Amino acid sequence: MNLGLHLLSLVTFFPLVGVLVILFLNDQQKTAIRWTALLTTLATFGLSLLVLLQFSTSNPDLQLVERATWVNIGGGEISYFLGVDGLSILLLLLTTFLTPIAILSTWDAVQDRVKGFMIFFLLMEIGMSGVFLAQDLVLFFVFWEFSLVPMYFLIGVWGGPRRIYAAIKFFLYTMAGSILMLVAILWLGLYQGTFSLPDLIAKGGLPATTQLWLFLGFAIAFAVKVPLFPLHSWLPDAHVEAPTAGSVILAGVLLKMGAYGLLRFNLSLFPQASIQLAPWLAAIAVIGILYGAAVAFVQKDMKKLVAYSSVSHLGFVVLGLFALTPSIAIQGSILQMINHGVSTGALFLIVGMIYERRHTREMDRLGGIWKVMPVYGALSLIVILSSIGLPGMNGFVGEFSILLGSFLSTVPYSPWFAGIAALGVILAAVYLLHMFEKVFLGPLNNPENAGLKDLRPREILTLLPLLVMIFWIGLYPKPFFALITPSVAKLAAALQTAAMTSIH
Amino acid sequence: MYFNLAPWVIIFPLIGMVVNLLVGKRLGEIGIGAIASLAAGLSFGVAVLLAFSLAAHPEAVTVQVAEWIPIYTPLGNLALSWAVRVDTLSVTMMLVVAGVGTLIHIYAIGYMHQDVRHNGDPGRFRRFFVYMNLFILAMMVLVSADNYLMTFVGWEGVGLCSYLLIGFWFEKGQDGIGNAKAAKKAFIANRVGDFGFLIAMFLIFSAFGSLRFEDIFSRAAQVAQAQPGIILAITLFMLLAVTGKSAQLPLYVWLPDAMAGPTPVSALIHAATMVTAGVYLVARSNALYSLAPVAQNTVAWVGAATALFAATIAVAQYDIKKVLAYSTISQLGFMVAAVGMGAFAAGMFHLVTHAFFKGLLFLSAGSVIQGVEHGEKHTGAAHGSAEASFDPQDMRNMGGLRSRMKVTFWVYLAGALALAGIFPLAGFFSKDEILAEAMQLNQPGVLVFLVLAAFLTAFYMGRQVFMVFFGKARSDPAAHAQENPPLMTLPLVALAVLSVIGGALNLPGVHTLETWLEHTIGGLQPAEFILPLALLALAVALLGIFLAWSLYGRSPLKHGQVDPLSKTLGPVFRGMERKWWVDEFYGKLVIGPYHALAGLLAQPVDQGVIDAAGNGLGTLTQGLSAWLRRVQTGFVRSYALAVLAGGVVILAYIIFR
Repeated sequence: MNLGLHLLSLVTFFPLVGVLVILFLNDQQKTAIRWTALLTTLATFGLSLLVLLQFSTSNPDLQLVERATWVNIGGGEISYFLGVDGLSILLLLLTTFLTPIAILSTWDAVQDRVKGFMIFFLLMEIGMSGVFLAQDLVLFFVFWEFSLVPMYFLIGVWGGPRRIYAAIKFFLYTMAGSILMLVAILWLGLYQGTFSLPDLIAKGGLPATTQLWLFLGFAIAFAVKVPLFPLHSWLPDAHVEAPTAGSVILAGVLLKMGAYGLLRFNLSLFPQASIQLAPWLAAIAVIGILYGAAVAFVQKDMKKLVAYSSVSHLGFVVLGLFALTPSIAIQGSILQMINHGVSTGALFLIVGMIYERRHTREMDRLGGIWKVMPVYGALSLIVILSSIGLPGMNGFVGEFSILLGSFLSTVPYSPWFAGIAALGVILAAVYLLHMFEKVFLGPLNNPENAGLKDLRPREILTLLPLLVMIFWIGLYPKPFFALITPSVAKLAAALQTAAMTSIH
Repeated sequence: MYFNLAPWVIIFPLIGMVVNLLVGKRLGEIGIGAIASLAAGLSFGVAVLLAFSLAAHPEAVTVQVAEWIPIYTPLGNLALSWAVRVDTLSVTMMLVVAGVGTLIHIYAIGYMHQDVRHNGDPGRFRRFFVYMNLFILAMMVLVSADNYLMTFVGWEGVGLCSYLLIGFWFEKGQDGIGNAKAAKKAFIANRVGDFGFLIAMFLIFSAFGSLRFEDIFSRAAQVAQAQPGIILAITLFMLLAVTGKSAQLPLYVWLPDAMAGPTPVSALIHAATMVTAGVYLVARSNALYSLAPVAQNTVAWVGAATALFAATIAVAQYDIKKVLAYSTISQLGFMVAAVGMGAFAAGMFHLVTHAFFKGLLFLSAGSVIQGVEHGEKHTGAAHGSAEASFDPQDMRNMGGLRSRMKVTFWVYLAGALALAGIFPLAGFFSKDEILAEAMQLNQPGVLVFLVLAAFLTAFYMGRQVFMVFFGKARSDPAAHAQENPPLMTLPLVALAVLSVIGGALNLPGVHTLETWLEHTIGGLQPAEFILPLALLALAVALLGIFLAWSLYGRSPLKHGQVDPLSKTLGPVFRGMERKWWVDEFYGKLVIGPYHALAGLLAQPVDQGVIDAAGNGLGTLTQGLSAWLRRVQTGFVRSYALAVLAGGVVILAYIIFR
């Protein structure tokens, strides 16, 4: 039942309302523009909660489906096709949840060309929601590319000193991957006569070598986005130059688009190839976990440290995905996508708060901040601990499910992968506590830090929803697993079948 | 029956923490301290009620609180609840944690009142008690879990509290960052151990399809028959976790540095309760360890080696708390050795008595330090900045405190004698039981190590007591030291009484504790009382004290005099004093190489190769385009020439095809 509303379309395109209103506002009416953007994204979040309300946790299939034929090319049917299931519902909610938080964080930080900033931000949200909801490959690709443009401008116009370099690098890396995906999409759609994902899955029957090539076409595009080692080098630059709100969305949502793509397309469309390549991807993921952790440890810039920590953390997500069966690892991966969005989003907000005050992120110039900013210190510690994966907080539930699932997985060498990846848990404590020590502990040696003011109520309000999620998922993850489980079980069953048939 | 009250052992400290967090600022120091102590005290009250209920109904009861993780797989179910398991083992731990914890909370009201002023930030008084209640909460989660994952939540939770409290004065210590570094070191060393815990849990799940104690222990024998290797692997990885949390070789290095925390923390977390979690874990997993003799032997030897090794270092320390820290590592070695040998009751017995007397010793040491600090303040006014580098924890600055701090002296003496194992104090009975078990269970090597460690224990405690309390004051502050108020000394007296009579818990022949624990730990053999062995242990202890007296008591140390032992032992003493260079060894072997590797990966590899490859591709494209651009000269004649050449080639192809 969808109440006659096109609920998913409404969620996706509702930010356009805000864009239209802002277009009629003068660039000097900053407060009005900010409020319009905030209220629009809050309303979008409300609509996504309506989606949640309509969502049935017992149904593993696509729900709230909207489908209309769009065009026909060369015998391949392209449709406007939206739907949501257990693989995507949490990511949709994460998107609509993080966007208003990110906008709230710009209240003081962005003073220049507010109008353009907010318009791009709202357009960004459309692209992201669309990516998670599109069930047609061409439609997906449109949203995928669409989301690239606003972020390019957010970095390139509102970024730091090397913003142009970073923005172009971000754009080119992603584009290079996307082109391969586009070729794979076209080949697949024309070969099978449809671009609709469920139809393609149902048809199946691709020869093994074809699957392998198509798998790689998709996987490289997604691997750049995740980012997987060694395709990650756009990320630190993009993060360092992006404005805080851009980093929050970049780490919180955009990276998840890559992991989600691997889950939604690679695992579902090419089960045999997934089984065949799983040990390789798991190995790359494990390398990424350790590599990201080691490189993060020696960074001097807080934002770079957090950026490399994302390489490490997303390694866990990909490791879980390519543990394939049992489903516990994939469930953990989906939850960990949310966890990373919440925790790393919060980390970037925290970095932004000190940057607004000190105009530096160099850890050597900070130190002893906890003494002058006790609230900030305490909240930062909670976020850092959640990122370390302390039990009782969100990160642990995801990491543990991933590692346990990977340990039990039938993928070759997977107990070793899990064991080595668990070393990443030690290393995460090393680099994050190093950062905490450098910034918050020790004496207040630098007089520039002595007069810092503690967090304002608005800043606390920005962090508060994220803190609630940190403890909610950590202490009572049951409702989240309930949303994920049926669809993952269905996917795992399909992978199981594929494994059986490829043996015979 | 009060079993349903069980969750309140966790909820009371939670309430205390939240109340202090929200309204503590308005309550004042006494209010904050009272609420925190009350929270711990009520938790203790619940534990007592649970103990009574168990006395009537010794079977384990699990009280469900809420569902937690619901994952069902074909290989087994990760379906876990937040639950409180009430059995004789968990309640024993609860009693110790909340009982000793409450006394330390009360003491800390007085101690922290002075400490926050001495360190110049009275606002941090509240934060201290928030952390302390959080610790009680986490420790209760640890001991009352009904599955390994919930144990792990408490396990890392107490580690967090330890981190927070070691770094409580995070702007102090060496170069202003020493305390923060000590805190980080503790967390990371524990994380290395936790890695072992994680792997052990993965192995358990793969073998049993569950993480719940009941499912695992009931099927342990069956699994051991089918896959003996996996039980060995589980128990060995778990041992890694034990060496982290209970500060055993090779991960013990964090505990001495952890003394950077305020002294009540050292007493509660780093002596009486948290560090015994490893001992508890082995006792809890007795069903697994009993099936893996190789692992048992390894555990026993790790414990015995740690007991002796740490005792040698304790002999040559000058910091009053460092001596106790190494002593704690050594005594934990005794407990680990005991549970390793399969003498679970003996290990738990020593855990309990050690909580009494080591808690007492640390608190008394805190009393000594604040007494001396008081003297320092008194004399500091007269001497000005000359005393800037004065260390109130250095025993070489003490001496003669017996007459100035009478209560502290007597309780310290009780604690020291109990630790040294002098009849009839608590330590005599519990240590003797471990030695007797070593003999009975045919572990002569372990026995020899432990007896040697016991000798050193008596010696270093004798040395400490003589250096601190006897002779004449070796500094002005010590000469002006002052006894602390009753708020601090009363808990000391209570712990002193427990240290004296604590042995009654498990007297030879009566075995109260053993019978009590037998309901939870199957197949316990009551230790026989072996009179010659008991006499030997006593003689060894007395010999240690006598030697300490002849070196430090007969002619007390003078101001500026070198330790008489350093002349006798020479380079050996230097080794003991410098802690056998283990920290330096780890620095060279682990920390340095990791720094170098990370630096290598970050610069030459990440920037030099990976990033450069991407940018290189860009530059290459640019170069190629620049080169190709030259084709576009703009001269019509060149284009015409190209068209002509093309036409010729095509024609040639058609003709000569």
